[in-house]
Amino acid sequence: MASKVIHAIYTDDDILMQAVKQVRAEHYHIEEVYTPFPVHGLDKVMGLAPTRIAITSFMYGLVGLTVATLMMNFIMIEDWPQNIGGKPSFSYIENMPAFVPIMFELTVFFAAHLMVITFYMRSKLWPFKKAENPDVRTTDDHFLMSVDAGNHDVEKLSKFLYDTGALEISLIENDENH
Amino acid sequence: MYTLPSKLRLFSIIFMVVGGLMLTAGFLTAPSTTAEVKEMMADHHDDGHAAKNDSHEIETSNHEVSAQTHGENVHEETAHDSEEAHLEHTLHQMQNRPWSALYIAAFFFFMIALGTLAFYAIQFAAQAGWSPVLFRVMEAITAYLVPGGIIMFVLLALSGFHINHLFVWADPEVVAHDKLIQGKAGWLNGTGLLIRAAIFLGGWILYRTYAVKFSRRDDDADDNRWFKKTFRISAAFLVFFIYTESMMSWDWIMSFDPHWFSTLFGWYVFAGMMVCAITTIALVTIVLKGQGYLEFVNDSHIHDLAKFMFGFSIFWTYLWFSQFMLIWYANIPEEVTYFITRIEDYKLPFFGMLAMNFLFPVLLLMNSDYKRVNWFVVLTGIVILAGHYIDVFVMVMPATVGTSWFIGLPEIGAILLFFGLFVFVVFTAMTKAPLLVKRNPFIKESKNYHY
Repeated sequence: MASKVIHAIYTDDDILMQAVKQVRAEHYHIEEVYTPFPVHGLDKVMGLAPTRIAITSFMYGLVGLTVATLMMNFIMIEDWPQNIGGKPSFSYIENMPAFVPIMFELTVFFAAHLMVITFYMRSKLWPFKKAENPDVRTTDDHFLMSVDAGNHDVEKLSKFLYDTGALEISLIENDENH
Repeated sequence: MYTLPSKLRLFSIIFMVVGGLMLTAGFLTAPSTTAEVKEMMADHHDDGHAAKNDSHEIETSNHEVSAQTHGENVHEETAHDSEEAHLEHTLHQMQNRPWSALYIAAFFFFMIALGTLAFYAIQFAAQAGWSPVLFRVMEAITAYLVPGGIIMFVLLALSGFHINHLFVWADPEVVAHDKLIQGKAGWLNGTGLLIRAAIFLGGWILYRTYAVKFSRRDDDADDNRWFKKTFRISAAFLVFFIYTESMMSWDWIMSFDPHWFSTLFGWYVFAGMMVCAITTIALVTIVLKGQGYLEFVNDSHIHDLAKFMFGFSIFWTYLWFSQFMLIWYANIPEEVTYFITRIEDYKLPFFGMLAMNFLFPVLLLMNSDYKRVNWFVVLTGIVILAGHYIDVFVMVMPATVGTSWFIGLPEIGAILLFFGLFVFVVFTAMTKAPLLVKRNPFIKESKNYHY
């Protein structure tokens, strides 16, 4: 499916922010914005939904806590309740202070690592991934806004983008959507 | 400018009067002879199930427990002597109870003011950009430092010179038979206690006086001279504070158990103090904001305070657990008695405060959105403050009243009394200066603060 997008390049993040606001006000659809660094508030003006990654992290933490508790309970209390230095291994709660460091660390371990892996999966990042960079300058000092040309009048849209402060405007024919 | 609403004045005076009456009643109902103790116990052996008075019921059941244990050793002495010794012991505990209640409440509100002062100094030393709009609120809360400090000093003098029996080490008879306390007498003596208290309180009040004075002068200045001065004295104060706070915790809290010692005790007291102080700043800010006095305080400022409440709650728990777990794990008899008496006699408050001071704030304040909901912060704040009152309660009570504890007339009376005084002093101090500092290098940033 071939689709057309317009790539508008900016050199200043403030101008970019203004442009995003204007483009959204005109109800053009922004496909993607490429920036060399995080621009504060860009997600808000683009109208992106807030991330839920903190919630996943909380749940992964609970999983870690459960794993630690079940593991220590099985090993130290149920499977082989030895007397080690007089520590009471009759029930989990009696010996719990000794397990708290493990419970804490596994909670953090699960919460952190699984959240990072979730982030990689949701952002489709992995070691041999082919970079999806439309213009190498966007990793250095240029900002690129990709606007869906769709059924819009390309001339009018280009003129409009030029007025928002874009330095370069190019029409790109995509072979596939990604 | 803030004007003290007459309703608030009346409200705080009512609290002081009611609290004072309840505390007085606590002092008057404390037994003065062993015969009275015996009578109180006998009364409740008969109709203990009628639940006439909860506090006496607890005392009765505790008496039964200890009566059983001492019954086993009875063959060594005459039954009468040990019975008398036991009554004597209970009498001292009951006599200590209103004094301890007074001391705990006095210290609790004093430490809020002290913690706020430390937080204030940190804001200056760190050149924080978010907090200058809250400086006047903090200054007003630290105003309680002076009356609260004087009350603490008087209480310490009464205990340090054995007018009451709160500090065992102050009792010459006890010291005469106690090698361990004799060894510590170079530090633990009434004169030393008062000299140190005077130095601590003097230093803290000195910093408070000058910091507030400079802050007022800064309003009318045309350069940053006063800000720089506050920056310098704040840095110096923080060095002074961390040493004196640590020693204060040995003197004023840890010496209730003069046989016991813990190296991180000072930090532990500090952490509790900071949570309470930040919570109080948040609560007072929300109250004033609700009345329309703090137009530049927005949800982001509350969010920051709530983050501090959350973080310091975890820090407190970390220190609580580090102290508990190290002692529990090594289980050295001379250290572990501290926790054994607390777990056996104070099980509910001892573990209940963990739920109030850790689980509750962690679960409620973890969500970023909830930290911006004012009533949520207020709710959590009240639980945190109650939890830390119990924390101080569990630090002091086991050593002074032991098993004869209860949260009844004198305890609640003392809380009401000092709460009324605290509210009165803090909100009166609030009327002394405009609620927004006029010129501070960070005031613009603070007004536009957004997170």
